[in-house]
This record gives sequence, structure tokens and C-alpha cells, in this order.
Amino acid sequence: MSEVMIHVENLTKDYGSFRAVNGVTFDVHKGEVLGFLGPNGAGKSTTMKMLTCFLAPTGGKATVAGHDVFDESLEVRKRIGYLPEDTPIYKDMTVREFLTFVADVRGMEHNLRDRRIKEIGGRCGLSNVAGKLVGELSKGFRQRVGLAQAMLHDPDILILDEPTSGLDPNQIVEIRDLIKEVGKEKTVILSTHILPEVKATCTRIVIISGGKLVADGTPDELLSRELGARYRVVVEPNGVARGAIRERLAALKGVSRCLESDGENGEHVFKIDATTKDDLRKPLFTAAVDNKWALLELTREAASLEDVFRNVTTGDVTTEK
Amino acid sequence: MTAAWAITKREIRTYFNSPVAYIVATVYMILVGFFFFTGLFMEKQAEMRGYFGLTPIFFCFIVPAITMRLLAEEKGSGTLELLITMPVRDWEVVVGKFLAAFGLIVAIVAATGVYALTVASVGDLDKGPAFAGYVSLTLMGGAYAAIGVMASAFTRNQIVAFILAFGISFGLFIFGSIVQVMPEALQPLVAFLAIGEHLQSMARGVIDTRDVLYYLSIIAVCLVVATVTLESRKWR
Repeated sequence: MSEVMIHVENLTKDYGSFRAVNGVTFDVHKGEVLGFLGPNGAGKSTTMKMLTCFLAPTGGKATVAGHDVFDESLEVRKRIGYLPEDTPIYKDMTVREFLTFVADVRGMEHNLRDRRIKEIGGRCGLSNVAGKLVGELSKGFRQRVGLAQAMLHDPDILILDEPTSGLDPNQIVEIRDLIKEVGKEKTVILSTHILPEVKATCTRIVIISGGKLVADGTPDELLSRELGARYRVVVEPNGVARGAIRERLAALKGVSRCLESDGENGEHVFKIDATTKDDLRKPLFTAAVDNKWALLELTREAASLEDVFRNVTTGDVTTEK
Repeated sequence: MTAAWAITKREIRTYFNSPVAYIVATVYMILVGFFFFTGLFMEKQAEMRGYFGLTPIFFCFIVPAITMRLLAEEKGSGTLELLITMPVRDWEVVVGKFLAAFGLIVAIVAATGVYALTVASVGDLDKGPAFAGYVSLTLMGGAYAAIGVMASAFTRNQIVAFILAFGISFGLFIFGSIVQVMPEALQPLVAFLAIGEHLQSMARGVIDTRDVLYYLSIIAVCLVVATVTLESRKWR
């Protein structure tokens, strides 16, 4: 495994009596794009604020690029690029002025500064708006300015709090590609609500809920850990009572729940939740044949990230590491 | 200090890109000029004391108007998070902001140099006290600016920042008027704390270390408190 860039150990943050982050532990390695997921108020932003040295942890510790976020905050901040939630940017500056200001605060040498502004501006698609006031830009462009600001000094680590919120689908794809490209050499943590985005961009996922870490793994690992699947079975009525079929289906091994309903043309529709990883299509088919039901449809829906997310964040299934 | 200087440059540009600097400077120069010259023509004395006497109360209004947005606005809009997650020390942010406000005040004070030129052109102005007065006024402006920066660090609301800064500086100003009604034991202390008295004593032409130290200590204390206030987000 490559170098550990971010090490978070038992990280805890209290706001008064409210524990926003509760003993979170995870590592991020070089070249990883970590998707940081969780419901609203789960503690994602708070964790990011601690990693970027904006807030101090109440307990536990975090090191970024080998430096403690509390004791060596200046060293940490030199090595990260941070896009805070809602992209706060000075609205009274033009894009170029703003990026110049950021570079100056970071103490970049002038030639390097001008070259990087040009380079990053081009990469983030800002060349045409460089002279415009940030306050007059659309949300999508402001987001790009935020990203450009975070990447200006070519940091080893990027921490992005909801980088694609408020963007249109085209912009999302652009930003996603940008992050993916950056993620090849750098380390990226990004928080998001959009699950397909995670699958498209992230090499690893950490899910927190209620301040606690509830899942950690690659997308595939999390999916395989998720037990069960959903099935949809449609049967021609042919005089067979729906309730009877439902009872037979529910009695099958591995079926946890079976819901019945009427289809558009009067057929019997059953939705089955299974708790086993084994494929239930065969037993379902055999049951239909044995009972001489005219099977019209039999589909299996594998667990999706949405299922994983819903399960680990609502506490139906406990995912222990 | 590069970061502090970058912040100062940004703030000064913001002042001059918005109407704030022009409005504050114009209103100040017209009002103070009016009162000063009215008094001057009645007294028929070619001296600047009248002008310096007016400044402590006027600064109570104009300096908070200049400083109120410095940190409060950044806190309110969230840009503070962007700023202090860059490799910049909290004191650099405070000093950068302070220098910007101080710079604007120095510019306004320098612009009132035309009062002195006007007086010198109609009468025989004693240049020593006038010069000492302007130096002292600049120092006092720094003290007011530091109070304003500190007030702005306390809140995310600019109006609250204005009122706080006004309250603190007006409190220090009013000490000058209440010395007589204080118990005798407290009188020297109250007189020493009064913000305008030190200006008056310097405007007589004597630059006393105690007066200079008074203004410098106010600046130091307020900037330290402002820095600690910014750092308080990191208290465990």
C-alpha cells in the first residue's frame, strides 16, 4: 500500500454538549480519491474543517501529510487545497484578482504565481471570465473558481466539501473528470450526496452517520458486503389466488419480505427482499414450475450504493469492520 | 508578513473600490472642517488646537464605520474559513486588516492637512504644535482602528461591530469629561485612560513618551484580543 497521506484516529468534536464527530478513524493513501458520504448533519463538514485546521478536534488526532493538524497546523495548511462548503469567495474581486490574492497570501513567487493562474485557470475553464467579478458569476463558475483556488499551489492533498453541488449535469461531468485526473497523482477527499458520482470518481468510500464511521471500503467491497438483493416476480393470474402465491414465495429460504400488488393488466406482482447473497432466481423459478404458475417476469436487482448508504445510515444493518 | 501585506492590499483596494472610503472621508472633512473653521474665525487664533479637539468625538463615528466590516463580514459570509485555512497565522490576518483601516485613516488625516495649509495661509501658524498634533492624531487613529478591528472580531454582524466599536471608543472619549466628577483617588487613572487627552497634550507641541505609549498600548491590547478571539474557534 502506498504512503499514508491522511491519518485520522479516534477523531472527536463536540459543539457544546452535542457530539458532532464521534471517534472516527480512517486513513487515506496517496493516489486515492476518497468519497466522504453521510446524511446531512452526519459530521462530514466538521471532519473536513478539522483536517483543514479550521477547527480543533476535541479528542483524538489527525495528521495530514505527516503533520498534526493541531500542533503543526501551518505545515498542514501549506500542503492542502481546500474548497469549503458553499464556496465562500470574495464577491468584490475579479477572478484574476482573487486568484492573485490567494497566491500572494500563500506567498507564491510572482512568476510562478502568474504561470499557475494561467495554467489552472485554463484547466478549470476560467480563461473567458478572468476579468469578471466573482459576485457576477453563475454558481457553476464560482465553483470552478473555488477549485482553481484550491489547486493553485499544486498541493499534494485536496479536500473538497461538496465540489459539485449546484452544478448542471455537464459541469458535474467536467468537474468529475478534473478530480479524477488530479486524483491520479494527488490525494483527494470529497464529500457529496450524489451517490452515482461516488461510483464514477472515488476509489474508496467512507460513510459516517451521526458522527460515527459506519462503513469504509472500495465501492465494490461495500457492495459485496451488502447482503441480499431485491427480486421482482410477475405471475399471470389464471385463477390462482394472489395471497396463496405470496405465502409460498414468502416461505422460500432467504426471503425476508414479500409484497404483493396488482400489475397494469391485472397480473400479480410481487416484490421480494432477500437477505441472502445467493441467487434466488432459481428457487423462485422452480417454485413457479412446481406450482404451475405462468411466470411472466423474474428480475433480480443487485444491491446498489443507495442500498448500502440507506442501510448503514439508518441502522437497519450494522456494518462492522 | 507577506500574507498580512496581501490582506492589507486587498482590503485597501476594497475600500477604494466601494463608496465607503469616499463617503466617510468626505463627510468627515466637511463636518469637521465646518466646525473647525467656524470656531477659528470666532477665536481669530491661527492654531490647529480646535481641529484636534474635535477629532476624538468624530473618530468615534467614522472609524467604526471603516472597521466594522473587516472581520465581521468574513465571518458572516464564510470567507474567513477560506482565508484561515491558508497557511497564514491568525495574527497576520488581524494585523493585515488593521493596517488597511489604519492606512485609510492616515490618508484621511493627511487630507485634513489642507486645514493646516489654509490656516497657515491666513495667519501665522505655529508649525511645531501643528506637526506634533498631526502625528498624535495619526497615533490616535491607530488606537481607534485597533478598537474597531477588535469589535469586528467579536461578531459576524457588521452593525453589532459598529455599535461595539462606537461604545468602546466613546467610553474612552467620555473619560475626558467625567474626570471632575470621579472620586479623587480615581481621577489620575480616568484622566490617563481618556483617549482625547493625550492628543490634546501632544497638540501643545510636546511629544511625551507616555502619550505615545498610551496609544501604542491600546493598539497592542486590542490587536492581541482580536487575535485571541479569532483563535478561540480552536479552543478545546
